[in-house]
Amino acid sequence: MQRFEAGAVIDGFKLVEKLPSGGMASLWRATNPRYDFPLVLKIPFLDPGGDVSVILGFEAEELILKRLSGPHVPRFAESGSLAQVPYIAMEFVTGTGLADLVGNAPLPVDEVARIGTEIATALASLHRQKVVHLDLKPENIILAERGAVLLDFGLARHAELPDLLGAESSMPMGTAVYISPEQVLGERSDPASDVFALGCILYQLATSEEPFGRPTTFAGMRRRLYHAPRSPRDIDHAIPQWLEAIILRCMEVDRSQRYVEAAHVLSDLRNPDQVVLVRRKPQGEGVWAAITKLFFKTDERSLVGKPTLSRTQAGPSIVLAAVDLAKGSDALAGEVLNETARVLASREDSWLACVTVLKTEIIGETPAADETGRSEYLNRLVGLKDWARPLCLPEDRISYHVLEAVSPGDAILNYAEHNDVGHIVVGARASSAIRRHLGSVSTKVVAQALCSVSVVRLKAVEEQRRRPL
Amino acid sequence: MRIAILSDIHANREAFDAVLEAVHERGPDELVLLGDLVGYGPDPIYVIERAADLTAHGALCILGNHDEAIVRNRGDMTENARFAIQWTRDRLTPAHVDFLARLPFSLQSENRFYVHASAERPGKWPYIRDVDAAERCLSASDVRSVFCGHTHIPAIYYALPNRRPMHFQPLDNVAAPLSELRRHVVIAGAVGQPRDGNPAACFVLVDTERHEVTMVRVPYNHEETARKIQVAGLPGWLGMRLKIGR
Repeated sequence: MQRFEAGAVIDGFKLVEKLPSGGMASLWRATNPRYDFPLVLKIPFLDPGGDVSVILGFEAEELILKRLSGPHVPRFAESGSLAQVPYIAMEFVTGTGLADLVGNAPLPVDEVARIGTEIATALASLHRQKVVHLDLKPENIILAERGAVLLDFGLARHAELPDLLGAESSMPMGTAVYISPEQVLGERSDPASDVFALGCILYQLATSEEPFGRPTTFAGMRRRLYHAPRSPRDIDHAIPQWLEAIILRCMEVDRSQRYVEAAHVLSDLRNPDQVVLVRRKPQGEGVWAAITKLFFKTDERSLVGKPTLSRTQAGPSIVLAAVDLAKGSDALAGEVLNETARVLASREDSWLACVTVLKTEIIGETPAADETGRSEYLNRLVGLKDWARPLCLPEDRISYHVLEAVSPGDAILNYAEHNDVGHIVVGARASSAIRRHLGSVSTKVVAQALCSVSVVRLKAVEEQRRRPL
Repeated sequence: MRIAILSDIHANREAFDAVLEAVHERGPDELVLLGDLVGYGPDPIYVIERAADLTAHGALCILGNHDEAIVRNRGDMTENARFAIQWTRDRLTPAHVDFLARLPFSLQSENRFYVHASAERPGKWPYIRDVDAAERCLSASDVRSVFCGHTHIPAIYYALPNRRPMHFQPLDNVAAPLSELRRHVVIAGAVGQPRDGNPAACFVLVDTERHEVTMVRVPYNHEETARKIQVAGLPGWLGMRLKIGR
């Protein structure tokens, strides 16, 4: 095996300092004038006769990292040929390793939620790029100033590339503490697997316990298909119900019950008051269940449910409907509702965030209570719920947000970006001189949104109104 | 280095022209015609003459089973194919047949092996439709990557030394990796008669620096080809299948 010393130069990368690393590769801080960001070289340990998984993992990471972009992964620089010196040169990310924080668990609730939000944001970005990490764990997460950065794509899978790694082994690949049940059964393609691992991490941060321990055998890892971990509030009753609900929903064995997307976790962590608390009924108990178990062998594949991909491709996961209720619900609000229903229909598990904006003055304080003593805020919330009622959505698919802001456009855009909204529905009023001068809310939203936007107008009705009586 | 590989043109002028235009835009360093210039389609003369011109300008061209059937007057094919071969023979001049007769079964360029059906017994025209056939193809050659056509369905087989290959169905227009660790069998989709459910013509683009291979899809006017097939009195199914890509 080739050994390197500080000062050695590989393809223009000068090795500066050796960093602590695991058993698969050595890590070196490096410099190269071609790059204007700090660098690290990952050089796999390639012993002749060594474990073939090292080289397969190196190949998978190189393949995937160079296709990824954005703030939540280290920037890829170059890679070295296997024929000469194999290496991956990438950005050295500074920040706090999540592994260092795990030692301090249990962490305060708001800290757990904050970290969870950052990881969920990073996962949503990764999944949007068609990549599943499949080895999410504290050692692979850096909390940097720009957000969570995910490391080590040696087990990762790109939806559009061949799974060269998975084809070589039928054994489950992952880390025993965090591996999802479907990965235990050999499935390597579902973004929901990363959501499961996120649940395990949040569980650990909130309780300081590992939900399934550290099994060392396949049978030990398979236990998670049948045995739920202790509930977090059972360990520490101070953990709020909403956080427990989020953690356990991440860790559902059956993917039809689990969060489908990291964006959903993000949305719930940001809006604890909107988390639906489900009374969990214990499964597989009672005499009949015991008898059934004796005679029927469970098909383990049925336990983990269907892959989530077919659902996630059907339509937007989170839909934002922005409705102007300043003058109560009107025809335009009704048409926004109709369009929202159409967008939601493309996907049976889509979520709707109903948003209305309460305009405040630039120097204004919180809005004053109106004459009857109820605040305008509550009025709007009631109005918003009433507006959405005809959609008949169950409460775990809908949330309500009265945003107080100077600029409705900015408020909608800000909300959409922070909650990873996939589609915005917004109404547009008929043109007027003031609107042309100031610019309308919908114009701003269309121009600046990071997702698709439906703009709803009332054509026929407004034309009729313009006719002289 | 970039290489464009065109397989199974099958006398389809519209598809061939559309693909050559797309190839021209990408300016590859090497152009390979991977066999079956003729058969099934209504424009064998045009395709042979254009292929001859490209070959004169440096393109590589190899023999396919339909080309061989013209040369040797073979009839061991499906009824539609046999009918089309006879129809084609009746229209070609000796010079056209002579061009086909001179085509080699296979060619090698650097570490790439080009053969129409399989490196395993190329003259027997076996189909590579599964991992076993891909394994036999690789074991018949010691070249890093083998490029074939013949099945009209894009596929890539990856094989580590002493392991069974794995099958991958590449996505249209999405670059798939060529692995430094592995050997490959790349099955090019068809230019002139796609059978993977997508009627758009398919050709292969290889980028040796990026270690990537892409199945590039080029929509073309298959209605016109189907019309010509009908006018020529060729079997109607040969036109119909161009519309559905089967």
